[in-house]
Amino acid sequence: MRYSLALKIGSVVFRVGSAWRAPIDALGALYTGYPAAADGICDFTVRLEPEKPWRRWLRPSLSIQGDYILPDAAPMALAHGLLAAEMGMNLQMALGQKNWLLLHAASVEKDGRALILTGESGAGKSTLAALLGERGWRLMGDEFALLDPESGALHPFPRAISLKNGAIRVMEGEAAPDRFGPRLDGTPKGAIRHLRPNADALARMEEPAAPALILFPRFGEAAAARAVGQAETFMRLTQASTNYVALGRPGFDALTRLVATPAAAIDYPDTAAAIELVETLWSEAA
Amino acid sequence: MRNARLLVAALRDPGALADPDWSALIATARAEQLIGSLAARLENLPIPQKVTQILAAARRESTHQRTRALWEAEMARRALAPLGIPAILLKGTAFHAANLMAAEGRSVGDLDILVPRERIGEAEAALIAAGWERMKEAGGYDDDYYRRWMHELPPLIHRDRDRMIDVHHTILPPTARPTPDAAALIADSIALESGLRVLSPADMVIHAAAHLFADGDLAGGLRNLWDIDRLLRAFDSADFRRTLAERADLHQLRRAVALALRLAARLYGSPIDRAWAGRDRLTDRLFEARLLARNGWGQERRALLRFAFYVRSHWLRMPPAMLARHLWIKATR
Repeated sequence: MRYSLALKIGSVVFRVGSAWRAPIDALGALYTGYPAAADGICDFTVRLEPEKPWRRWLRPSLSIQGDYILPDAAPMALAHGLLAAEMGMNLQMALGQKNWLLLHAASVEKDGRALILTGESGAGKSTLAALLGERGWRLMGDEFALLDPESGALHPFPRAISLKNGAIRVMEGEAAPDRFGPRLDGTPKGAIRHLRPNADALARMEEPAAPALILFPRFGEAAAARAVGQAETFMRLTQASTNYVALGRPGFDALTRLVATPAAAIDYPDTAAAIELVETLWSEAA
Repeated sequence: MRNARLLVAALRDPGALADPDWSALIATARAEQLIGSLAARLENLPIPQKVTQILAAARRESTHQRTRALWEAEMARRALAPLGIPAILLKGTAFHAANLMAAEGRSVGDLDILVPRERIGEAEAALIAAGWERMKEAGGYDDDYYRRWMHELPPLIHRDRDRMIDVHHTILPPTARPTPDAAALIADSIALESGLRVLSPADMVIHAAAHLFADGDLAGGLRNLWDIDRLLRAFDSADFRRTLAERADLHQLRRAVALALRLAARLYGSPIDRAWAGRDRLTDRLFEARLLARNGWGQERRALLRFAFYVRSHWLRMPPAMLARHLWIKATR
């Protein structure tokens, strides 16, 4: 491909190629400070290609390709190339990752123990994890938590945090301006701005942690917490996993072991209440 | 290397790989659906730790696909058993069911089975009663086209398991020039202990060759040719070579089978009867170039050549007037 970049996130290495320079430059700037892959060997290939040959120049339109793709994905504007690269990498993980049980979840760590936050899109897990990551926790990831089926440990995947709409302003008040990517308006998910995790998160991006608490946050209700039993946790996590079925027996065993971790569903009206709830439940679980 | 030759070299002689571009090899293998086969070939060889992890994941995926494919075959067998219709497995599922060398790391998508033509209506009804559903609108052009002109029913998909089944009554479209002897395919099929059936060894090779060179446009052909190599290596003997030649004539597929043998020998070094397959022809190079038309990023290359083979696949499949009508309907809807 004309322009390309290798990117190591946690212990996963991506090779991103593009027909245009801009998405690769944007990706390189956002991922400044990430370590290089030692041997240059990539787990996954992502390609940003013109949707039709002439769409490289004429009204550029970008198609997300790679090792694993969704056949009917809508093409994107070149201006959203950074988002396309990120979606391409997420797709490789969701469809191609078979080394770990993949949970669609954010995770943060303290004292070698991990807190897992999972819920539907819009539940606020990214924002909560980003905030905790600035307030004494180590951010492990805002999108995917990787559970090792053999050890039961949780592995980090600290990609740039994808902040949407209202969350952008919340985090602009928390982190230094040079850690942000460009603001992308008018994407299929509204406004998006990426935030690079802090130096601690990057330095320890291959350091796993033992799951200690699972929370299912929900935004928009009065503050409340309810313990969630193992059966419900199990069902919720099978829905949160993209490769639970594909892993077969090891996936079942890994999840069975994970649901012994204390779990709770929390409602929160604002981020301050959410942080307070999380800290309270964490001290109870400890 | 600027094309898929690196993948071919790795499959053919994995021990000779000297510090290849691993990222390119892996991307190409995934694009050609040969990552599982590559993982099987590279097992226990000294390779970088990162590659070991990637290939271990590929093996996990292959194991899962194998389990799923065999389960799907068993489901079809149970649906057809009360009618006394044997489910003769074709392609990948057959390799797995028969535990052939060709099954090592072989990915499997749809389930392909062969049933006698005169019973295909009953078979379809039994499958629908067992939970498979039609994907094409009944009575529409596609549905009608399949039923009149194809060697298989319109694909069915299972409503719970989301897996597709292609029910064949022969191995080439009736409109193609060669007419394989479907009754002989069925009569000489082999029963497995599991109650499933597979084609005889020679017919298995002939079906793979027909599928690759007398039907499709060679997209994903490296995997089909790899199947052929694995089958030829597993079955090779003087007897087998003689039977293969006889059966190829019986099924009117001598040209396709000879071409498959020459290309398998050319790319993968397969053992073949050179006197029967003939010396390499100039046009063999075009087939080779088409098979290798993919770069280290997994992108398809040589658009013109691929288009030419696409046109060829339609040319082989139907007579000119019918082809014109078919393309017109597809283009204008």
